Amino acid sequence: MDEFLLRALAAGLGLAAVAGPLGCFVVWRRMAYFGDALAHTALLGIVVGLLLGTSPLAGVVAVCVAVALILAGMRRDGRLASDSLLGIMAHGALALGLVLLSAMERVRVDLMGWLFGDILAVSWEDAALVWGGAVLVLGLLAAHWRCLVAMTVDEDLARVEGHDVGRGRLVLMLLVALSVAAAMKVVGVMLVTAMLVIPAAGARRLARTPEQMAGGAVLAGALAVSLGLGGSWHYDTPSGPSIVVAAVGLFIASRLMPFRSA
Amino acid sequence: MSPDDLVRLTGVSVAFRGHAVLDGVGLRVGRGRIVTVVGPNGAGKSTLIKVALGLIVPDRGTVERDPAAVIGYVPQRLSIDRTLPLSVRRFLAMALPGGGDGRNLEESLDLVGAGHVMARQMADLSGGEAQRVLLARALVRRPDLLVLDEPVGGVDMAGQAELYDLIAGRAHDQGIGVLMVSHDLHVVMAATDEVVCLNRHVCCAGHPETVSRHPEYLALFGPRVADSLAIYTHAHDHGHLADGSVRPLDPGHVHGPECRHG
Repeated sequence: MDEFLLRALAAGLGLAAVAGPLGCFVVWRRMAYFGDALAHTALLGIVVGLLLGTSPLAGVVAVCVAVALILAGMRRDGRLASDSLLGIMAHGALALGLVLLSAMERVRVDLMGWLFGDILAVSWEDAALVWGGAVLVLGLLAAHWRCLVAMTVDEDLARVEGHDVGRGRLVLMLLVALSVAAAMKVVGVMLVTAMLVIPAAGARRLARTPEQMAGGAVLAGALAVSLGLGGSWHYDTPSGPSIVVAAVGLFIASRLMPFRSA
Repeated sequence: MSPDDLVRLTGVSVAFRGHAVLDGVGLRVGRGRIVTVVGPNGAGKSTLIKVALGLIVPDRGTVERDPAAVIGYVPQRLSIDRTLPLSVRRFLAMALPGGGDGRNLEESLDLVGAGHVMARQMADLSGGEAQRVLLARALVRRPDLLVLDEPVGGVDMAGQAELYDLIAGRAHDQGIGVLMVSHDLHVVMAATDEVVCLNRHVCCAGHPETVSRHPEYLALFGPRVADSLAIYTHAHDHGHLADGSVRPLDPGHVHGPECRHG
């Protein structure tokens, strides 16, 4: 096997490890639109990164985190960010990012790579960065797991029982923001949410506990990355979309399995 | 706050978007006392409960709670997303810091007459079953203060009386303070020590009188159930204008259309 494929596999599996459990929260808490909004806004992050002369990925992470903080603040205000508001923000930011990128004449950006992922171009450094981030994200997730599950069940109940729901919400938003930034590198802006939602949804039917679903989502994501990359190599198809197609295939397969009853 | 008080509200006012929901409300719940809040829709009952729990910070007024008191809270309803795999056992165990041992959980579920649902998934429960599980979850915490927002919603008539009996028994035997909301003015449990009639302000507060063994109640519910039912009688110290605002009582007091507690 070629080395670039191994690098891609390493980065993709690192992403699957965080996208699994975080994707579960995105599904449980109906945050898919939030993930989309983050991903689309992240395109602006590339512009910011280029303008500041840092790496585009650093700009993406910074913008994702900033947007997550803004959205978390809006929710705490009680003025809930409505679907349409998120939509306006997401697509407005995406469009603005595209306009600004094309206006920056002096730099050439691989726009297709950012929109649809460029996992075959990742370096060992990138893969190490993804795994380092994954360890950090999973550690934070494990530390807050009880609180996050409790507030997913009912936020008022969680607060009465002594969980710090405000902090939990912030942690979750930040972790989703970080995983969106990582997923952008792998499957691209347009398919980030797919990487979070589809493996989690596929694991739902086979799970009896939140932990089983999170673990199943990791496995489904890892399988989708492996199958997608294999297919991409074999049939010379774009890698990001191939991974998502594999994930959708696994999801459909899970729906065809008999439902596990009590 | 006297040492016997678990929670005490003084002059609490809350407004949402300039619309007054609570206006100068006072309330106290002591150990072993059952305080029931009744009132029409939109009277601010749930808001009052949330203020007492510390979930809503009032615009004016003070809320004092015994900081050592363990609180068991039963929200009006629980909407657990179907995508979250969660067994009843796990849901109950989540209420305890250590997860609790199996016997505890089983006992509390048996107590509310829902022992058979232990292995089921939360999302598969009927409304009445879910409500019983919620009550069991509040009880398993061995609370000092029970806060119940329409705890028997969706429970059948005979079951309602049983659950009210259970709550009253717990309160009086174990010295648990109970703050409870009921939208049904005419059916307030006999064991309620104090009824607070709320219509944004406290219309009146007083002791309910146990209904005598009225033949129609006996015929309708049977003698056992009738014991649990009481008609709330009280004397007004003020009157109401058509908009629900207070006016001094005159001899010919007529209730306003919003004041359905007469």
